[in-house]
Amino acid sequence: MSRNGPLALLFHALFVAFTLAPIVIVCAVAFTPQGYLSLPTHGLSLRWFRAIADNSEFVDSFSTSLWLGAVSATIAIAVSVPSALALARYRFRGREALAAVLQSPLMIPQVVLGIAFLRFFTEVGLGGTFAGLVLGHVVIVMPFALRLVLTAATGLEREIEHAAVSLGASAWRTFRRVTLPMILPGLASGWVLAFITSFDEVTMTVFIASPRTTTLPVRLFLYIQDNIDPLVAAVSAALIAVTIVAMVLLDRLYGLERLLVGEGRR
Amino acid sequence: MALFAVMLLTPLAATALLSLHGFGMYKGIEDVYRLDNYRDILRDSYFYGIFARTFRLALLVTALAVVIGAPEAHILNRMRQPWRSVFLLAALSPLLISVVSRTLGWALLFGSTGLVNRGLVALGLIATPLQFMYSETGMVIALTHVLVPFMVISVWASLQRLDPEVEHAAVSLGASGFATLRKIVLPQVMPGVLSGAIIVFALAASAFATPAIIGGRRLKVVSTLVYDEFLNTLNWPLGAAIALLLLLANLAIIVGCNRLVERRYAQVFE
Repeated sequence: MSRNGPLALLFHALFVAFTLAPIVIVCAVAFTPQGYLSLPTHGLSLRWFRAIADNSEFVDSFSTSLWLGAVSATIAIAVSVPSALALARYRFRGREALAAVLQSPLMIPQVVLGIAFLRFFTEVGLGGTFAGLVLGHVVIVMPFALRLVLTAATGLEREIEHAAVSLGASAWRTFRRVTLPMILPGLASGWVLAFITSFDEVTMTVFIASPRTTTLPVRLFLYIQDNIDPLVAAVSAALIAVTIVAMVLLDRLYGLERLLVGEGRR
Repeated sequence: MALFAVMLLTPLAATALLSLHGFGMYKGIEDVYRLDNYRDILRDSYFYGIFARTFRLALLVTALAVVIGAPEAHILNRMRQPWRSVFLLAALSPLLISVVSRTLGWALLFGSTGLVNRGLVALGLIATPLQFMYSETGMVIALTHVLVPFMVISVWASLQRLDPEVEHAAVSLGASGFATLRKIVLPQVMPGVLSGAIIVFALAASAFATPAIIGGRRLKVVSTLVYDEFLNTLNWPLGAAIALLLLLANLAIIVGCNRLVERRYAQVFE
């Protein structure tokens, strides 16, 4: 295979700079010691991170986001496991339809989901509640959870399950002691991916959250609409930190490269 | 499982019904079924302009994503380990970072710190600072940044299916590097480029947070218009109609282009 020429490497350097510049600048500005937006040229300071702690709205939103992500990822996984096992094992009528419905939230603009849920939740009395947020988020993160659980379920060797059954294990025991441990890595990485997706979601949530149930990205978005100060840079840096922790987890559990671009040939 | 379908389809159906209702400043939502909202949207040049802007931005972003993302995928593919994995992650992992944070980064680069303008002036490319915030240029740049990883992923996937032997054969038969790229590699990765383009276009046309932050309240796109109708003007029926038009336009483009790509490149997929 031919090597990259100097022009190609220059292009590559520019691309990487373009990709990382906004992220780097947010993190840099977050450490400014000044009271206004600036790069920390004269030393670093944590004053804006301390300012987050004094801002109860951001702190509340942060915990809302963490809970929302954890609960909706857990529900999405709980629904994904039986669906993925069914999709991976059996050819049944409606199989295509089931897969299509589970994947369809990817095709629908999140603005449309947002207004659809806003109206729906208001009608059924869940408007602005945490339960409503969870339901909406489960729908959005489902395709991501399902994809990873499905990959794990498809690679499953059924002979091992058959062996367990023939040795007298009950269906539930086979599932718990044999099937579940084998799909656990897929399940865990599906959970983390679902969690990140929910944790970062802003477009749909901006419609269905009430002031008491606002998530961190939505709070950040609404704040930025009015004014941009080092505080939002610090909150963003914190968000990025949470995401990086999740990425490291995903890399350990599943392989980040495999998650992002699928199985390579080499 | 049935519950999931209900959770998804009932609200969408309700939204379709809502879009047919009337709305009056003093009467609120009227319980009637008419196509008035759709007629108003299609006739009014204000709405027409916003739809046009949205699809213009989406087209520009898609074109830029192709021009930047496809060569980058090719360059990454030719790198050696461990650089390959390192830079692949550098190019793609921003996908997992919140869109709000990434857009804030552009707002900082364009605005207060003005690093982009200072850099361009220092390089002698421009004489006076350009207006990026609250401009379509700024929106295109930020949206391209947010969406280009999807293009890289898509092209990367089709590059992985290439047989390097074919490339070697071309070179050993005396083809120049450029000729090999144009005649051998490019035709084979075209489906990847096109499916990446479809994804980027669909996401750009329905993007919300980035246009809202960079474009501000004046420079609206369809999704920020829907937001305003719902949360500021409170004309829900009109907002629902706009949103459904966006959904239909998006679905038509995704499904239509997919068909086209699959028919045109049927042999590549087999």
